[in-house]
Amino acid sequence: MKIGRVVKTVVSTIHNPLFEDRRLLLCDYLGTDGKPTGDYTIAVDNVDAGAGEVVLILDEGNSARQMLGKEPDGAVRAVVAGIVDELVVEGAVVVRDGDVLE
Amino acid sequence: MQLGRVIGTVVATECYEGLEGVNFLLVEPLDKELQPAGEPVVAADGVHMAGPGEVVYFVASREAALACPETFVPVDHAIVGIADAVEDA
Repeated sequence: MKIGRVVKTVVSTIHNPLFEDRRLLLCDYLGTDGKPTGDYTIAVDNVDAGAGEVVLILDEGNSARQMLGKEPDGAVRAVVAGIVDELVVEGAVVVRDGDVLE
Repeated sequence: MQLGRVIGTVVATECYEGLEGVNFLLVEPLDKELQPAGEPVVAADGVHMAGPGEVVYFVASREAALACPETFVPVDHAIVGIADAVEDA
Protein backbone atom coordinates (compact mmCIF):
# COMPACT_ATOMS: atom_id res chain seq x y z
CA MET A 1 0.00 0.00 0.00
CA LYS A 2 0.99 3.64 -0.39
CA ILE A 3 0.21 6.83 1.45
CA GLY A 4 -1.76 9.46 -0.42
CA ARG A 5 -3.88 12.54 0.04
CA VAL A 6 -7.33 13.14 -1.43
CA VAL A 7 -7.18 16.22 -3.67
CA LYS A 8 -9.98 15.93 -6.22
CA THR A 9 -12.93 13.82 -7.24
CA VAL A 10 -13.69 12.54 -10.72
CA VAL A 11 -17.32 13.02 -11.73
CA SER A 12 -18.45 10.48 -14.29
CA THR A 13 -21.81 9.33 -15.60
CA ILE A 14 -20.57 6.93 -18.25
CA HIS A 15 -18.44 4.30 -16.57
CA ASN A 16 -17.89 0.63 -15.96
CA PRO A 17 -20.86 -0.72 -13.88
CA LEU A 18 -18.31 -1.50 -11.21
CA PHE A 19 -18.16 2.19 -10.25
CA GLU A 20 -21.92 2.62 -9.81
CA ASP A 21 -22.62 4.54 -6.61
CA ARG A 22 -18.92 4.73 -5.82
CA ARG A 23 -16.82 7.85 -5.45
CA LEU A 24 -13.63 8.16 -7.42
CA LEU A 25 -10.96 10.04 -5.56
CA LEU A 26 -7.96 11.59 -7.23
CA CYS A 27 -5.15 11.22 -4.72
CA ASP A 28 -1.61 12.61 -4.69
CA TYR A 29 0.94 10.10 -3.55
CA LEU A 30 2.92 11.37 -0.57
CA GLY A 31 6.58 10.81 0.19
CA THR A 32 7.93 10.02 3.66
CA ASP A 33 8.15 13.76 4.30
CA GLY A 34 4.42 14.09 3.73
CA LYS A 35 4.90 16.09 0.55
CA PRO A 36 3.35 15.11 -2.81
CA THR A 37 5.71 13.09 -4.98
CA GLY A 38 4.16 14.45 -8.19
CA ASP A 39 2.45 11.17 -9.02
CA TYR A 40 -1.24 10.60 -8.52
CA THR A 41 -3.82 7.87 -8.90
CA ILE A 42 -7.57 7.67 -9.16
CA ALA A 43 -8.83 5.25 -6.53
CA VAL A 44 -12.27 3.93 -5.64
CA ASP A 45 -13.38 5.13 -2.21
CA ASN A 46 -14.15 2.37 0.23
CA VAL A 47 -13.88 4.22 3.54
CA ASP A 48 -15.77 7.51 3.01
CA ALA A 49 -12.59 9.52 2.81
CA GLY A 50 -12.96 13.28 2.50
CA ALA A 51 -11.12 16.17 0.89
CA GLY A 52 -7.58 16.68 2.10
CA GLU A 53 -7.46 13.51 4.16
CA VAL A 54 -4.36 11.37 4.22
CA VAL A 55 -5.31 7.89 3.12
CA LEU A 56 -3.94 4.41 2.52
CA ILE A 57 -4.08 3.49 -1.14
CA LEU A 58 -4.06 -0.11 -2.22
CA ASP A 59 -2.97 -0.57 -5.82
CA GLU A 60 -3.37 -4.27 -6.46
CA GLY A 61 -6.18 -5.87 -8.40
CA ASN A 62 -7.04 -8.99 -6.43
CA SER A 63 -7.22 -7.17 -3.11
CA ALA A 64 -9.22 -4.38 -4.71
CA ARG A 65 -11.77 -6.80 -6.14
CA GLN A 66 -12.00 -8.57 -2.80
CA MET A 67 -12.66 -5.28 -0.96
CA LEU A 68 -15.32 -4.17 -3.42
CA GLY A 69 -16.91 -7.61 -3.74
CA LYS A 70 -16.25 -7.62 -7.48
CA GLU A 71 -14.49 -10.96 -7.84
CA PRO A 72 -13.43 -12.44 -10.16
CA ASP A 73 -13.57 -9.94 -12.99
CA GLY A 74 -13.88 -6.36 -11.79
CA ALA A 75 -11.61 -4.06 -13.77
CA VAL A 76 -10.32 -2.25 -10.72
CA ARG A 77 -6.88 -1.90 -9.17
CA ALA A 78 -6.67 1.15 -6.90
CA VAL A 79 -8.84 1.47 -3.80
CA VAL A 80 -8.74 3.85 -0.85
CA ALA A 81 -8.42 1.28 1.91
CA GLY A 82 -8.00 3.41 5.02
CA ILE A 83 -7.67 6.84 6.56
CA VAL A 84 -4.31 7.57 8.15
CA ASP A 85 -4.53 9.00 11.66
CA GLU A 86 -0.84 9.11 12.36
CA LEU A 87 2.34 8.49 10.42
CA VAL A 88 5.69 8.35 12.15
CA VAL A 89 8.89 8.19 10.10
CA GLU A 90 12.16 7.56 11.91
CA GLY A 91 10.69 8.88 15.14
CA ALA A 92 9.25 12.05 13.65
CA VAL A 93 5.51 12.54 13.37
CA VAL A 94 4.66 13.36 9.74
CA VAL A 95 0.88 13.01 9.91
CA ARG A 96 -1.33 13.57 12.93
CA ASP A 97 -5.13 13.36 13.05
CA GLY A 98 -5.25 12.98 9.30
CA ASP A 99 -3.30 16.16 8.54
CA VAL A 100 0.23 16.50 7.22
CA LEU A 101 2.32 18.45 9.73
CA GLU A 102 4.44 21.29 8.35
CA MET B 1 -6.29 4.66 -12.60
CA GLN B 2 -5.06 7.67 -14.51
CA LEU B 3 -6.68 10.45 -16.45
CA GLY B 4 -6.22 10.61 -20.19
CA ARG B 5 -7.47 12.38 -23.28
CA VAL B 6 -8.54 10.46 -26.34
CA ILE B 7 -6.47 11.79 -29.22
CA GLY B 8 -7.12 9.19 -31.88
CA THR B 9 -8.61 5.93 -32.98
CA VAL B 10 -6.83 2.72 -33.88
CA VAL B 11 -8.17 0.23 -36.39
CA ALA B 12 -6.77 -3.29 -36.38
CA THR B 13 -8.53 -5.73 -38.67
CA GLU B 14 -6.23 -8.57 -37.73
CA CYS B 15 -6.18 -9.01 -33.98
CA TYR B 16 -5.99 -11.63 -31.28
CA GLU B 17 -8.95 -13.94 -30.83
CA GLY B 18 -11.41 -12.41 -28.38
CA LEU B 19 -10.62 -8.82 -29.33
CA GLU B 20 -13.08 -8.67 -32.21
CA GLY B 21 -15.48 -5.79 -31.67
CA VAL B 22 -13.27 -4.08 -29.11
CA ASN B 23 -12.54 -0.46 -30.04
CA PHE B 24 -9.02 0.78 -29.54
CA LEU B 25 -8.29 4.42 -28.89
CA LEU B 26 -5.09 6.40 -28.65
CA VAL B 27 -5.01 7.97 -25.19
CA GLU B 28 -2.63 10.67 -24.00
CA PRO B 29 -2.07 10.42 -20.22
CA LEU B 30 -2.88 13.61 -18.28
CA ASP B 31 -1.77 15.00 -14.95
CA LYS B 32 -4.33 16.15 -12.40
CA GLU B 33 -4.47 19.60 -14.01
CA LEU B 34 -5.42 17.86 -17.28
CA GLN B 35 -2.10 18.71 -18.89
CA PRO B 36 -0.38 16.07 -21.06
CA ALA B 37 1.92 13.81 -19.04
CA GLY B 38 3.70 11.05 -20.85
CA GLU B 39 3.60 9.08 -24.05
CA PRO B 40 0.24 8.10 -25.55
CA VAL B 41 -0.95 4.51 -25.13
CA VAL B 42 -3.39 2.40 -27.08
CA ALA B 43 -6.29 1.54 -24.80
CA ALA B 44 -9.31 -0.68 -25.26
CA ASP B 45 -12.56 1.23 -24.89
CA GLY B 46 -14.28 -0.55 -22.01
CA VAL B 47 -17.27 1.82 -22.05
CA HIS B 48 -17.89 1.71 -25.83
CA MET B 49 -18.74 5.41 -25.83
CA ALA B 50 -15.46 7.28 -25.57
CA GLY B 51 -14.40 9.39 -28.54
CA PRO B 52 -11.68 11.80 -29.63
CA GLY B 53 -11.25 14.86 -27.41
CA GLU B 54 -12.87 13.32 -24.36
CA VAL B 55 -11.25 13.15 -20.95
CA VAL B 56 -11.39 9.59 -19.69
CA TYR B 57 -9.88 7.51 -16.94
CA PHE B 58 -8.19 4.23 -17.66
CA VAL B 59 -6.92 1.23 -15.79
CA ALA B 60 -3.55 -0.31 -16.62
CA SER B 61 -2.00 -3.77 -16.36
CA ARG B 62 -3.85 -7.09 -16.14
CA GLU B 63 -6.99 -5.38 -14.85
CA ALA B 64 -7.43 -3.71 -18.25
CA ALA B 65 -8.40 -7.02 -19.85
CA LEU B 66 -11.18 -7.38 -17.28
CA ALA B 67 -12.90 -4.35 -18.78
CA CYS B 68 -13.28 -6.17 -22.11
CA PRO B 69 -16.17 -8.50 -23.04
CA GLU B 70 -13.72 -11.41 -23.19
CA THR B 71 -11.56 -11.15 -20.08
CA PHE B 72 -8.62 -13.37 -21.04
CA VAL B 73 -7.23 -11.14 -23.76
CA PRO B 74 -3.90 -9.40 -24.26
CA VAL B 75 -4.82 -5.83 -23.29
CA ASP B 76 -2.79 -3.61 -20.94
CA HIS B 77 -4.77 -0.36 -20.87
CA ALA B 78 -8.54 0.04 -20.88
CA ILE B 79 -10.82 3.03 -20.56
CA VAL B 80 -13.28 2.39 -17.72
CA GLY B 81 -15.06 5.75 -17.59
CA ILE B 82 -15.54 9.16 -19.15
CA ALA B 83 -14.74 12.06 -16.83
CA ASP B 84 -17.42 14.78 -16.89
CA ALA B 85 -15.43 16.85 -14.42
CA VAL B 86 -12.38 16.65 -12.22
CA GLU B 87 -13.19 18.93 -9.32
CA ASP B 88 -11.92 19.75 -5.87
CA ALA B 89 -12.94 17.08 -3.37
